[in-house]
Amino acid sequence: MRCSRHPARARAVAGQEARLERIVTRGRAVRRWRDLVLMLAWRDIRIKYKQSVMGFLWAVLMPALVVGAGVAVQYGLSWYSGRPVDTANLAVVAVKSVPWAFFVASLRFATNSLIANSTLVTKVYLPREVFPVAAVLSQFADFCVASATLAVVLALTGAGASATLLWVPLLVAGLVALSLGLGMFLSAGALFFRDVKYLVDVVITFAVFFTPVFYPVEIFGRYRETALLNPVAPLLVGLADAVVAHKTPDLAWASYSMGVSVACCVAGAIAFRRLEPLFAERI
Amino acid sequence: MADVAVAVEGVSKKFRRGELHDSLRDFVPALFRRAVRRGTLPDLASREFWALRELSFTVDRGQAFGVIGGNGAGKSTLLKLVGGILRPTRGTVRIDGRLSALIEVSAGFHPDLTGRENIFLYGTILGMTRDDIRRRFDTIVAFSGLEEFIDTPVKRYSSGMFARLGFSVAAHVEPDVLLVDEVLSVGDFVFQRRCMERMRQVLLQGTTILFVSHNLHAVADLCGRVLLLDRGRVAAAGAPGPVVQAYLANALAGQRDLGDREVYVSRLTVRGSAGEATAFRSGDVAWVDVEIAARSSCHRLSVTLYVQDESSVGVFNTSTERLGMGTFDLQAGQAFHCSIQLDLHLAPGTFYLGAAVVRYDIQREYDRWLPAATLLISADKDVRGIANLDPKVVRFEPDAGPQSSDAR
Repeated sequence: MRCSRHPARARAVAGQEARLERIVTRGRAVRRWRDLVLMLAWRDIRIKYKQSVMGFLWAVLMPALVVGAGVAVQYGLSWYSGRPVDTANLAVVAVKSVPWAFFVASLRFATNSLIANSTLVTKVYLPREVFPVAAVLSQFADFCVASATLAVVLALTGAGASATLLWVPLLVAGLVALSLGLGMFLSAGALFFRDVKYLVDVVITFAVFFTPVFYPVEIFGRYRETALLNPVAPLLVGLADAVVAHKTPDLAWASYSMGVSVACCVAGAIAFRRLEPLFAERI
Repeated sequence: MADVAVAVEGVSKKFRRGELHDSLRDFVPALFRRAVRRGTLPDLASREFWALRELSFTVDRGQAFGVIGGNGAGKSTLLKLVGGILRPTRGTVRIDGRLSALIEVSAGFHPDLTGRENIFLYGTILGMTRDDIRRRFDTIVAFSGLEEFIDTPVKRYSSGMFARLGFSVAAHVEPDVLLVDEVLSVGDFVFQRRCMERMRQVLLQGTTILFVSHNLHAVADLCGRVLLLDRGRVAAAGAPGPVVQAYLANALAGQRDLGDREVYVSRLTVRGSAGEATAFRSGDVAWVDVEIAARSSCHRLSVTLYVQDESSVGVFNTSTERLGMGTFDLQAGQAFHCSIQLDLHLAPGTFYLGAAVVRYDIQREYDRWLPAATLLISADKDVRGIANLDPKVVRFEPDAGPQSSDAR
């Protein structure tokens, strides 16, 4: 690369070269990061559905089972209260269950992501945040498949479309940001203390009772506000409002959730970066 | 700055001995115990130890730099610090350029994925972009020689195929700085050979190599400079010959437990035509000086000389008695010297020398010291195996068929 030139010109060229090299290096780093996340997410997806008869259908089946559970709860409630089951209600449950299933799976998967890749963490240098990010991304791919299926079902049952659907990407982005933030926190936490893994499992199992997934948030009565403090709740309620009821989500609560999600994402990333040098030693 | 690829300045690394609390269940009682009986538990500070201490060196661009030392000397820790996997407790590590590591060849493989898929996965993990891999894919596959199996899941591969594919990917990353840790310990002879050839090739392309190995022959062969680590400190640095020799002198000498032996081998050194040496060329003449010391008087003794290859397989042995020298007697406190001249018709590689003092008529071996010295053999010709039979090609032509006889 380096050859002898006229000294002054050589210096100028060297300066330009260095600047160019820096830009190229940074570009490479970004591309490398992107490719790593994509490859790891792709690997997780491939492995999940390899040697299984149903294959990628599981991406639809799993959320379908969750929706089924929600629908069962609805029928149970209607039998108990004597009121007939409303199809709109079923649609609301479905619209809330699918993102909930994504959130839950993301957290579980991201929490384990560093431990599961321990050989890579201790043997090769990688920007380690790619592990939780790829974990969330691979779940997001499943979520996309499930959402597309749900969209088809809703369209066929005559749910209709309106401008309020434009809220959906924003709310989903909030949910992804929250998953990423929590995922980074929890993956680092689980690396230091394996208990985190079990705590996450327990909390997630019971969280469905404290989150308005299968029920409307009004069921919490005077604790409605408390229930909505859970940052996932306003996002789910907002999604149901936008998709099924065709009304603008509650902006105050939605922005609260978005704020918490973004803050969580930033704090998660900072904490992760801070702890990263200890990963290889403490795993 | 431009010609320094790796700069390590005053680097120290501290580790803790023993188990860390990795579950809250262990952590809470431990805290409690500490609060109750503060004085009786070993203080954390006393459980800490320095894996590396005040290490400084630089590696020039395009240079191969070897790191040797016994187990626990800090070699792998050093490589992990340079590789950015660990962060030094003190000091700084600066790398100029893109770094890649050839550490445990198949850490990044997933058994359920096919060879093709794993090339992409492992390649990205080692720092290539997908475009890079797509461009080099055919070269990588050809290098591995696994064209037929490239769409088979790697869990069905033999361990040799696994290693070959892993190395093929790693060898094509083309970084500015390459870290190599003990890759030569896996794979068969041909594979090791191929690793070395590829590293030499990469070196010619201007890549800087940091090479950690127990294979002293490979280190001496490849590296222009070698660093000897001993319990986290630099014991020696410089040209490979003297450093390797210093290591061998350290490693092989001084650690012998003589017990209550009546007679023992007290010294064994190897000389070349230019004095004491470790590295020889195949076919060189070497003199082995053996010194025997007696604590009580012994009779009818002779000295046996052994040569072993790297896997401790006997290559050659002889004894002064078998060579027709008869036996000797020693009084308490008396020493005996014997020098044996050898023609080293050995193939390139590492060999170990040792000696024993024996009395044949009562089948008694008083002392055996093996390995006592190391021979690093190199050769001009590419001959492999144990012995160098000094081949010369004296005929090299196709069969003279009927057509060619017509033409003539």
